[in-house]
Amino acid sequence: MIDGIIALYIFMLAGFTGYEVIAKVPVILHTPLMSGSNFVHGIVLVGAMVALFNASNHLEQAIGFIGVVMAAGNAVGGYVVTERMLEMFKASGSKKS
Amino acid sequence: MNFMNPALAHGLINAAYLLVAFLFIYGLKRMSAPSTARSGIVWAGYGMVIATLVTFLALSGTPDPAGLLSTNVVLAVVAIAIGGLIAAYTGRKVAMTDMPQMIALYNGFGGGAAAAIAAVELYAGENRGPTLGALAVLGGLIGAVSFSGSIIAFGKLQGLIKKSFRFGGQQVVNVVILGAAVVLGAMIASGVHGEALYVTLFFVAALVIGVTMTLPIGGADMPVVISLYNALTGLAVAFEGFVLNNAAMIIAGTVVGSAGTLLTQLMAKAMNRSLGNVLFAGFGESAAAGTTAVTGSQKPIEASDAGVMMAFAQKVIVVPGYGLAVAQAQHKVWELAQLLIEHGVTVKFAIHPVAGRMPGHMNVLLAEAGVPYDLISDLDEINAEFETCDVALIIGANDVVNPVARNDKSSPIYGMPILNADKSKNVIVIKRGQGQGFSGIENALFYLDNTRMLYGDAQAALNQLIQAVKTVG
Repeated sequence: MIDGIIALYIFMLAGFTGYEVIAKVPVILHTPLMSGSNFVHGIVLVGAMVALFNASNHLEQAIGFIGVVMAAGNAVGGYVVTERMLEMFKASGSKKS
Repeated sequence: MNFMNPALAHGLINAAYLLVAFLFIYGLKRMSAPSTARSGIVWAGYGMVIATLVTFLALSGTPDPAGLLSTNVVLAVVAIAIGGLIAAYTGRKVAMTDMPQMIALYNGFGGGAAAAIAAVELYAGENRGPTLGALAVLGGLIGAVSFSGSIIAFGKLQGLIKKSFRFGGQQVVNVVILGAAVVLGAMIASGVHGEALYVTLFFVAALVIGVTMTLPIGGADMPVVISLYNALTGLAVAFEGFVLNNAAMIIAGTVVGSAGTLLTQLMAKAMNRSLGNVLFAGFGESAAAGTTAVTGSQKPIEASDAGVMMAFAQKVIVVPGYGLAVAQAQHKVWELAQLLIEHGVTVKFAIHPVAGRMPGHMNVLLAEAGVPYDLISDLDEINAEFETCDVALIIGANDVVNPVARNDKSSPIYGMPILNADKSKNVIVIKRGQGQGFSGIENALFYLDNTRMLYGDAQAALNQLIQAVKTVG
């Protein structure tokens, strides 16, 4: 599906993308953004699911199961705390004339 | 299992992953500006839901030699429910002040999951060639280090682990264990020794490194370390993405890896430390040298006088620090600020990059209390304004307003950017006692002629100030 050199291209371009997307971030968003990027690597859930689907003995099933539990924790937990933090950022609107 | 034509399922999966990658990057982009940030996480959230659902399509055409596939699917659903419910509950419950360690914990789970993927691959022992083998091993190593390291970071910030374990030759021990892990990993990746024993030893070594690397690091440096582990988990996810041939994992993992690295650098820079310094040297050791003699005395003030002073000021700049976060006084400070605004005082909040427990944490706390973000300024925006300000109110902040950082070359914090609170006409410092800051350095600001000290817990002192301003009426 993805051969070696294409994979390297993806790796390089995604690397620059991450850098550029974050580069202009104001300090006030550092913590939520760290939390947000923490959520994004929750995509590991997809990999953990595939690993569990392919498990062919009890040991692999056990490891895969733990992996999926942790990955789901990463994704859901990351989302919940990030959303809670960002929800609080409001402009003053009415207070400033 | 074959509920869909495998080729069609494959096409669908790839198209969905492309959309997922777009949603993640677009979501992160939106998260990087305050006005759109909230919608950013929602966009990224849709991406995650799509990715998870579409992965069940991958079942189509999955070989099932052991006959365990349907069991595994049930297991996966149960696992998602367990992990998701626990995380959703704890994520809703956690106090805003405890956010840093919660992020550390969730991040550790991500690293652990990446290591688990590697473990399943490596225990299965399929020879996928040295390149994929090396990537699986590398992802497993980084993921496992990030897992155990993040757990330790969580324990330290949560106060479960109080001591910083340091002993002579610690670095040597770390290097030896890391070397052992690398050698074991190389043997596994090259296929020389793929046996379960070697795989187990490899993971044990990796987990131990995370522990021994993180234990000596002090609590104040932990945010930088958490950010680093966040980046590492991203990288581990990307590597396992290569192994599983999963574009969504490669892209999302790499984006987080590079974004996290940049964030880590920004944080370390804001604290005036290099990353190497954070990882390999305790703060206490480098700080011991700076013993600047400070002349003069600290002059106390009554809350009633301080309140009157602020009520009749033109402009007040509030500098909140870690002490405010500890006392949970963010609501009180906003109450005081609102009172002052009613009196026609211009109130601004000045946030040092490392105020709170990690960069941006103080903004989150103030936002929780309802302070609009346009009243909050960062260091570069506000520093020139201190000269025109009547009262600078310092609440539980210390090192970040110490003028020594500007003019004393012998001081360990020399060169750290500080808020120029000393330039304002009057300075009121709310502080629990006469002690020194986290760095153990005397603060010259407290001894200036225009500085008055208001001793007490931030919560109590702010209450008194509020009463004082109300009596001015």
